[in-house]
Amino acid sequence: MKVEQLSIFLENRSGRLAEVTKILQNNQINIRALSLADTSDFGILRLIVSDFEKAKSALKEHGFTVGKTNVVAVEVQDQPGGLNTLLEMLEERNVNVEYMYAFVHQSGSNAVIIFRFDRTDQAIELLTEKGVKIISGEDLYNL
Amino acid sequence: MIFDVEMETLPRDELEALQLTRLKRLVDKVYHNVPFYRHAFDEAGVRPEDICRLSDLSRLPFTEKRDMRNNYPFGLFAVPKDNVVRIHASSGTTGRATVVGYTARDVKNWAKLMARSFVAAGATRRDIVHNAYGYGLFTGGLGAHYGAEELGAAIVPISGGSTRRQVGLLHDFGPTIICCTPSYALFLCETAEEMGVDFKSLPLRVGIFGAEPWTDIMRREIENKLDIKAIDIYGLSEIMGPGVGIECIEAQSGPHLMEDHFLVEVIDPETGEQLPYGETGELVITTLTKEAQPLIRYRTRDITSLDPTPCRCGRTFLRMKRVTGRTDDMLIIRGVNVFPSQIETLLLETEGVAPHYQIFIKREGNLDTMEIQVEIDDKLFNDQIKTLQRLENKIQTNIKEFLGVTTKVKLVEPRSIERSLGKAKRVVDLRNQGA
Repeated sequence: MKVEQLSIFLENRSGRLAEVTKILQNNQINIRALSLADTSDFGILRLIVSDFEKAKSALKEHGFTVGKTNVVAVEVQDQPGGLNTLLEMLEERNVNVEYMYAFVHQSGSNAVIIFRFDRTDQAIELLTEKGVKIISGEDLYNL
Repeated sequence: MIFDVEMETLPRDELEALQLTRLKRLVDKVYHNVPFYRHAFDEAGVRPEDICRLSDLSRLPFTEKRDMRNNYPFGLFAVPKDNVVRIHASSGTTGRATVVGYTARDVKNWAKLMARSFVAAGATRRDIVHNAYGYGLFTGGLGAHYGAEELGAAIVPISGGSTRRQVGLLHDFGPTIICCTPSYALFLCETAEEMGVDFKSLPLRVGIFGAEPWTDIMRREIENKLDIKAIDIYGLSEIMGPGVGIECIEAQSGPHLMEDHFLVEVIDPETGEQLPYGETGELVITTLTKEAQPLIRYRTRDITSLDPTPCRCGRTFLRMKRVTGRTDDMLIIRGVNVFPSQIETLLLETEGVAPHYQIFIKREGNLDTMEIQVEIDDKLFNDQIKTLQRLENKIQTNIKEFLGVTTKVKLVEPRSIERSLGKAKRVVDLRNQGA
């Protein structure tokens, strides 16, 4: 049920992000979702890609520091209150969201939200129990 | 094991008697053969015959690096030029090069002292020595080379550079001893990892490291990563080159100084007063046997202290504490004295921090600022900003608490700090540039 997310350490200098996307392009890797967190000195690029292992080894080969994090992809109705319903469920059980990012996929009427929880397993259990649709890694990589 | 059992275990009273005989001969020789010394002795009001006891050493004037530069190139030679068989020189990056001449006997003595050093580090004639110290004007490469040959070990004279090739030879030749700077040892290990070579599986068992200040924490890091014993060697070109002192593998607690050839003292760098054993100050060396270019009370600028307690290896020579800094690398940040080695110690004490860092000193307005760039690695990296910022803060707090200076810590990408093949460049002082 978990999705493998790549995290990449980036110094704040121009062209650095493009180097990452260039490497992915050269290896025919598609980006499914991304978010960039930044401070004044550095940023962390978080990516979900079509081929995790291939992307990881290509980036490492080029000297990037790459980490793996398990995140959860959840389908949320693309309408007012969709996200709020979800967050309320989580709050009830004291599951904390470390960070999240969302995208809307072309075909459906639903949005996909990627969550990094402090307690991933409990969160999955809770969401499943509440009947929330969790998207598996395979489905997401092959979207 | 001890290479020269007689000299290296000489009882202290006999050693001191030998030192005195040699000192008297030396003082007489430089007074009559080196105009610089005749002049300096006259200035100080001391004559060769005034030196009757070892304690009279403190009556003699110091020799400083600038004296060597002022007498560039051959002004300090004490023998006719025809008797000089080798000339080494410093790179001269901070001014004129300092030149050092050797007679045939000087070269031979040096080889013997280096052979002693190898044996103290646990080497025998059956070892293969991978010598990654630079060959050339720098004394490291040739010093280790002649010493290994004197011992009868096999030497691989790879010199510095071509790091990937070095890893290949470390794998193929299976040397048991490596000589290089401590920072280069770690760089070799990193490169090996990238190439899929596991250092721990190599037959390598001892590393003889020197030519730059390092810390015990770095020693442990090297010992763990390379699965070897890391031995500290001490030397400086002006005096001879490597082999002025060597740590014994039995105790690994600071280099034993080759006192039959070098008379050592520690002084207060401000006042020039001799300090008692155990107190920290600047190491001063008088060469007792050098023929071509003997030096009287040479101020090494290396900060250390001397330990006279008996060592379990059986050597009677004093041990010096690992050099933690040089009087000329001392940084003064807003009036606080800071040695780069202190910063290194604090960095390496922080969980998981790799020893790749660089200190930048800038002046903003009238204030000095210090920024420490630390490379991130896979172990430290985390997908959450707050974890990385907590790490930066932790380092900042440690430095503030222990050294009393405020710094900015900046995490940088791996490999973004330039790797040095020789001495690592730890400090970039931008205060004298522009604003």
